[in-house]
Amino acid sequence: MENAFEAMVTKVDDGAVVVMSGTVNRAAKLELEAAYDEAASGPGRVLLDFRGVDYINSTGIAVIVGVLAMARAEDREVGAFGLTDHYREVFTITRLADFMTIYEDETAAAAAG
Amino acid sequence: MVQVMKRRRTEEATTNPSPAAVTESKTRLIEAIPIPAGDPLETLLLSSGGPLVLQDLELESETLESINSAGVELIVPLIGQGELLGALYLGPRLSDQPYSTDDRRLLGSLASQVAPAMKVAQLVREQQAEAKERERIHQELEVAALIQQTLLPKELPAIPGWHVDAFYRPARAVGGDFYDFIALDDGRLGVVIGDVTDKGVPAALVMATCRSMLRAAAQRHNSPSAVLADVNDALVPEIPPAMFVTCLYAIIDTEAGQIVFANAGHNLPYVRSADGVIELRATGMPLGLMPGMPYDEKRYEMASGEVMVLTSDGITEAHSQEGEMYGFARLMGQVARKPPDGDVVAALVTDLERFTGADAEQEDDITLVVVKRTSSAQDSASTFVPQDANQVLDRFTLASEEGNERIAIDKVTAAVDHLDLDPARLERLKTAVGETVMNAIEHGNENRPELDVGVEVSATDVVVSVRVTDHGGDTPMPETVTPDIEAKLAGEQSPRGWGLFLVEQMVDEVRSTSEGGSHTIELVMNREGDF
Repeated sequence: MENAFEAMVTKVDDGAVVVMSGTVNRAAKLELEAAYDEAASGPGRVLLDFRGVDYINSTGIAVIVGVLAMARAEDREVGAFGLTDHYREVFTITRLADFMTIYEDETAAAAAG
Repeated sequence: MVQVMKRRRTEEATTNPSPAAVTESKTRLIEAIPIPAGDPLETLLLSSGGPLVLQDLELESETLESINSAGVELIVPLIGQGELLGALYLGPRLSDQPYSTDDRRLLGSLASQVAPAMKVAQLVREQQAEAKERERIHQELEVAALIQQTLLPKELPAIPGWHVDAFYRPARAVGGDFYDFIALDDGRLGVVIGDVTDKGVPAALVMATCRSMLRAAAQRHNSPSAVLADVNDALVPEIPPAMFVTCLYAIIDTEAGQIVFANAGHNLPYVRSADGVIELRATGMPLGLMPGMPYDEKRYEMASGEVMVLTSDGITEAHSQEGEMYGFARLMGQVARKPPDGDVVAALVTDLERFTGADAEQEDDITLVVVKRTSSAQDSASTFVPQDANQVLDRFTLASEEGNERIAIDKVTAAVDHLDLDPARLERLKTAVGETVMNAIEHGNENRPELDVGVEVSATDVVVSVRVTDHGGDTPMPETVTPDIEAKLAGEQSPRGWGLFLVEQMVDEVRSTSEGGSHTIELVMNREGDF
């Protein structure tokens, strides 16, 4: 069944990483937004780590759109890594990929920092 | 409208008439002016309690004006049980004197005695009319039943290697069900089952017409789809408006065991096979709606021991005492069971009666045709070979609770596991199923846990299909709008609204149908090929 969503923020040299786990759906909204706020409290980009995410549905996409809107309002760069091929495809179809940089993996994301 | 009793009104006197002649020649009939229900005059008469002198009345009523112009001086209301049954219109007295208080009292007393008698007369007349109408309906139903029963087959076909059985029980109101067996050349057998919308004589006449057309077309064409297309075109100009006929026509090659069939919107036939119950699906519009309709034609090879069951909607739409519908799932479950004595018809009818209650009045005609292949020429090669047949892989229901789409995803994944879909294709199907079920829970069933979402997974050699049914039948599916992410990011559009868009992107085809309060989305995905 559904795995509860959790988000943890790790500060890195060029910004912060939001490490997520569980299901991204509407229930994840408050926690993900709070994590974004924390990650965006300092300078630099915010990276979303999807490696622990097992399911994203349309309400979860809406939550991610909300986070992207927050980032856009303060002109902050957002990146993502750890997405499965399927969710990379979903992010492309929905054009989320046009507004965040999607990296192959953590190393690629770090190298681009 | 109020009944009006008329009285002759005295005219001008002629020269030296005898008293009787005076009365006769000086009177004329006052026109019967009805008092429409709700007219202020009706209210006034009901509250008056007795005769009213017209010239005393101050009332804005066109009816009153008409009565006045007709020369009426006095109105005597006839009131029974608080209802204005009629009124006496009286012109001036023969003596030209005004009506005295005594006159009015006398007329009032007369009216109070007449009114109950009038009420009784009215009731008797209504009852007679009702009895006549009942008799007419009864006779009409007898005629309808007679037409129907005369035209249904008198005996069942006896074919070596096959067992054919049928059952027909009309509802009291006699629906338009029918079935037929048509002997064709080369030992083939045509099997028809159909249902005319509407009831009674009109439905019976359409059924008779349709049956003749089917019999004629069956001799002209070897293809069931051509037969249905032909009958459809012939029926369109003949059928009364708002009526149509659902019909399934199958040709059985009794030697080879092959069934070729086409379906004009009728219940799908079920086959009990070694691998479970299979639906024989072919699409087509009901007959008589529009000319030039195409009909899918499908084939199925029946193995020895397999049973095909054709039904009418009188079974699947029957209700229990609690208002629950018999439904396709229960019917399929019953088809799957092998009755100990082999009598499929009896087992189905018994289960239906158990469901509805033995004493319940039958809502619609019930028709069943059962065709069993008892042995084949090559029994050793009796494994069934579905050709384009739709095989149901799983069927389940879920309560409308948030998160249950994950259960649907897991069950669909398990059901299609043996099909070895490409992993990317499977992921797309999972997302489409999740979104569709979520949509059914939230929008179709409005998050009401007591309403279930039905899911049916099936496959042919070519496609996988997932049907998701909710109770939002009257709510049309909104058109899919491509979400505008830039507007969403700018806060000009809600960040939501991705579901249906995603579904359409994930599968090859999305079909939406509504029927009897339920709404079904069918997701169709090719098993192979390019996305």
